[in-house]
Amino acid sequence: MDFMMHSEQQNQLEPTQAPVERHSHNQWNPYVDNGGTSLIIAGKDFVLVASDARQSVGYNINTRYDPKAYELSNKTVLATSVCSADAKRLCEVLEQRAQLYYHKHERQISTQALAQQLSNTLYSRRMFPYYVFPLLGGIDAEGKGAAYSYDAIGNMERVTYKAFGSASALVQPFLDNQIGMKNQRGAEGERMLTREEALRLAIDSFTGAAERDIYTGDWLDIFIIDAAGVHKETRELKHD
Amino acid sequence: MAPPADTNAGFKFDNVKRNQLLSDKGYNLPRATKTGTTIVGIIYKDGVILGADTRATNGPIVSDKNCRKIHYLAPNMYCCGAGTAADTDSTTNMISSQLALHSLNTGREARVVTAMTMLKQYLFRYQGHVGAALVLGGYDTSGPHLFTIHPHGSTSELPFTTMGSGSLAAMSVFESRWRSGLSRDEGVELVKDAIEAGIFNDLGSGSNVDVCVITRGNVEYLRGYSTPNERVPKEQSYRFARGTTEFIVPRTAPSNDESSAMDVSA
Repeated sequence: MDFMMHSEQQNQLEPTQAPVERHSHNQWNPYVDNGGTSLIIAGKDFVLVASDARQSVGYNINTRYDPKAYELSNKTVLATSVCSADAKRLCEVLEQRAQLYYHKHERQISTQALAQQLSNTLYSRRMFPYYVFPLLGGIDAEGKGAAYSYDAIGNMERVTYKAFGSASALVQPFLDNQIGMKNQRGAEGERMLTREEALRLAIDSFTGAAERDIYTGDWLDIFIIDAAGVHKETRELKHD
Repeated sequence: MAPPADTNAGFKFDNVKRNQLLSDKGYNLPRATKTGTTIVGIIYKDGVILGADTRATNGPIVSDKNCRKIHYLAPNMYCCGAGTAADTDSTTNMISSQLALHSLNTGREARVVTAMTMLKQYLFRYQGHVGAALVLGGYDTSGPHLFTIHPHGSTSELPFTTMGSGSLAAMSVFESRWRSGLSRDEGVELVKDAIEAGIFNDLGSGSNVDVCVITRGNVEYLRGYSTPNERVPKEQSYRFARGTTEFIVPRTAPSNDESSAMDVSA
């Protein structure tokens, strides 16, 4: 009961005061995290892009189907994560810039050029960034599968596989193990997956993520891009 | 003379200053497992029905996909818990023990109001720091009873009630479909639908539905009454080749040296 006596003494010494207004508290915040996960896997002559479609804030689901992977052209798909509104706007801007390129050069923008354009677009807002972590998939000039990953302010890297979003901490180690063959005795480095293997890993990544991450679920959009174009399929995930 | 130190008598404040210092320096305390839950209870024609989902979370991660949230209190009483998992577990456990002693002393079955009073007095004593939000249901000599107990110790007796992060979703089901004099099957179906509303529309709730039907002299605990979220089979097997795990110290055959053998004499 020692602590109670102390507090009583303090109350006697200090008269009650109205709480002081703190201005750092409750400031308006332009950013929102809508959850969800995106994934990219590059193969020899294809690239797989996958995103779940749940859009949420806190413990609420805003919508069960808000696709965050966008078909930019017949050979590129942009997968996003975190802020849904910023992702939509970023996608519009990128489409506009691809159109400008087309009218200026009279040919469709290449995957590499679009990848650089995305980096420049993100860096142009260095001081007020889009709250988006993009993954860009396409076919490069040599016909190989190309996967690019970015941070919110335009740092770009060509990768063979990557996961972003609310379940990235669950999915990335799984891909490191299954594709990167990391920390395994007798394994011979990174693997080049077939289409079927990539599809199986993508599906298992998302069914696994939906089990343990509350923000991942509902529907899964999978895009497979190759020389023939973009093939899309939608699968059901758990709704709880 | 100083009273004997009772380790179970209350919170200790010995580490408050130390913990504040650590937290100011950026070392945060461990996060407790929360059951961001949907729990419900209704009165029906012959008794009380309790319901709960089975998800336990730790921040955005599901820490238990099939946990038990309908706790045993006495042979005629059960209690659903939402909030801090450790608090709901230990609170119901402690009250259950006290109720057992109480009925041994009186030679009668404990009343539901007795359990409710013990719970609210305990929770009020800790001013909301014991984070247990409870739905208490039971059947005693005065009939069926259903109580809601908030973490600060306030209570209410209601014909239907919901609690936890999924309480709004579940209450919308009760507000549209509950009526007095429901049959057993109608009641169980309504409770299942209310919990499923929480499971599907609240991210803090998920997995399965547990139901508990309490009538005069009988309890039906229906663990996993509804399982609407079974995991789909994996696309492939993930078995690793023998010897995949790296090791630093090579394995050696067990020693036959007598000096290192365990002493089993005497």
